[in-house]
Amino acid sequence: MKIYLIAYKNLLRKKTRTVLTVLGIALSSWVLASLLGFNKGYEGALNHDIDNMGFQVLLTAKGCPYEAATLMLKGGTGLRYLKESMVQGVAEDHDVAAVTPMLMQAIFDPNKGESGGMSGYLGVDPATFPQSKGFLEFKKGGWFKDPDAREAVMGYEAAELEQRDTGDKLLIPEKNVEITVVGILKRTGTQDDGTIFLPFRTVQEVFGRKGLLTGMGITVRKDADIDKFTERLYDLPDVQVVSMAQVKSTIMSLLSSAKVMVFSIALIAIIIAMVGVINTILMSVFERFQELGILKSMGAMPSDVFKLVWAETMFLCLAGSSLGVLLALGLARTTELLVRRLLPYAPNGGLVQIDWRLAVGTVAAVTGAGLISGLYPAWRAARVRPLDSIRNEAE
Amino acid sequence: MDNILEARDLRKLYHRGSEEIPALDGVSLDIKKGEFVSFVGPSGSGKTTLLNILGCLDNPSSGTLRLAGQEIFAAGRMLSETELTRIRRRVFGYVFQRFHLVPTLTVLENVLLPFAFYRKAGLTTDVERLLADLGLAKRRGHLPGQLSGGEMQRVAVARALVNDPEILLADEPTGNLDSKRTDEIKEVLLEMNRKRNVTILLVTHNPTLARTAQRTMELQDGRLVC
Repeated sequence: MKIYLIAYKNLLRKKTRTVLTVLGIALSSWVLASLLGFNKGYEGALNHDIDNMGFQVLLTAKGCPYEAATLMLKGGTGLRYLKESMVQGVAEDHDVAAVTPMLMQAIFDPNKGESGGMSGYLGVDPATFPQSKGFLEFKKGGWFKDPDAREAVMGYEAAELEQRDTGDKLLIPEKNVEITVVGILKRTGTQDDGTIFLPFRTVQEVFGRKGLLTGMGITVRKDADIDKFTERLYDLPDVQVVSMAQVKSTIMSLLSSAKVMVFSIALIAIIIAMVGVINTILMSVFERFQELGILKSMGAMPSDVFKLVWAETMFLCLAGSSLGVLLALGLARTTELLVRRLLPYAPNGGLVQIDWRLAVGTVAAVTGAGLISGLYPAWRAARVRPLDSIRNEAE
Repeated sequence: MDNILEARDLRKLYHRGSEEIPALDGVSLDIKKGEFVSFVGPSGSGKTTLLNILGCLDNPSSGTLRLAGQEIFAAGRMLSETELTRIRRRVFGYVFQRFHLVPTLTVLENVLLPFAFYRKAGLTTDVERLLADLGLAKRRGHLPGQLSGGEMQRVAVARALVNDPEILLADEPTGNLDSKRTDEIKEVLLEMNRKRNVTILLVTHNPTLARTAQRTMELQDGRLVC
């Protein structure tokens, strides 16, 4: 007979109480694992999104920086425009490796989805954009070559949604302009999946924005000092300079206060679960007051009784935290959907990333907290004197 | 036969506020190895207090106790709970009025329970034989809830004997049993005393059970009267 087997079987005495306590711990572990997973996943997804922009600095017309960031990351109509003539001036800077002009336009497409939706068209320069986005791979076809071509490259999801293949025609609603699909990209897990790329001169012409851009992506040289470079860009009139590092830190700082609140909730959930553990184990100790004394009369030392009761706490916490982590893993997609609905900006890719380290860490943290909670009940149990039990029996 | 227990002038005082209540008032006795002794007397006469001190569950207020010639309690010396446990696990087995079996452990697991905490060095107890001797062989896989009161007390006796104690202390072991089950336990105790040469100290209100012992001692007001 091992103490651990006795501890395990002791927990089976009051099954409902044990199950409820395990569920309480599981819920708090679920919240903790999901939050830690979100913390990790969000940062990873944001980095992935930003790294896959293909450039390190975005220049837009002066306006709200958050709108600029959203435009850059998520697409949008853009509120203001830059003059195309600025591209040449920026490209001449010694720190610049490449500049790719962009013109984003969006239009309501009544045939999109069940009740219509916005279709985004991103005008890009066929001479520079494919180089800055060298990681993009084609499922079929390739980039358009002619800057004035009425041709389009569709992101993976855009092509799936529109049911288009290479060679198919695509109608731009309201403008009644037909363009030919020449390429379909492989899935990237970024906003590019939902984008329809056109030559930027074609977008200028079709949407009546000649000589205008919504932004330009700037790839800087590897040895360049980005801070000094962006300082120089601030000298340009009426431009908004957004570096990827700034975007990342802005979004992360927006998130940080929300994260503090959410982690506080997780902490409260764990504290509540631990109070439940103390309550369960202490109640079980009081119920077994005589039995613990009898165990001592059989030769159990105070340390044996302490170990027995502490082992019960450990089993409860291990079972609860493991169940919680499994719940977090199983419901990660659901949690992600919920988070996406709540956040003003959510990057593409998995927002809740729970790997084995995080899973083991959560189980260890919750079990550790549980073992600390179990110290008092175990100490109380260890102090039971056999004589007191026998007196109680006589009474 | 050598004395396994020698008590001299054992006294135990309980305090209730400023009042001193003597539970034992100068008890002296000798118990020989392998002897079966019963203690009788009215409630409050000090039987259980005496058994607790003889069984190292409690310290006396004064007096001496020698166990197999070794002094355990001497005047003014109090043993800690850990010291008492060390002696108990080596020498004593206990059977109480209530059986205190763990309901989620089988008969065999309950009997082996003391091994979770202590196993005498070189111990070769044949547990299967012990179960057979106590008529529990066919019940080894049953849970306590599936046993009769007599069977549960037999499991408690087996549990008390598994570590091969020199002295078995039984405090009202038949207090919760009917006359038929009481006879069963009486036979079990006699058999264990004869077969295993276990010294048995029995506290009981049951005169029939008390007469089973080789010697009966009566207590009144904390004193031995015969």
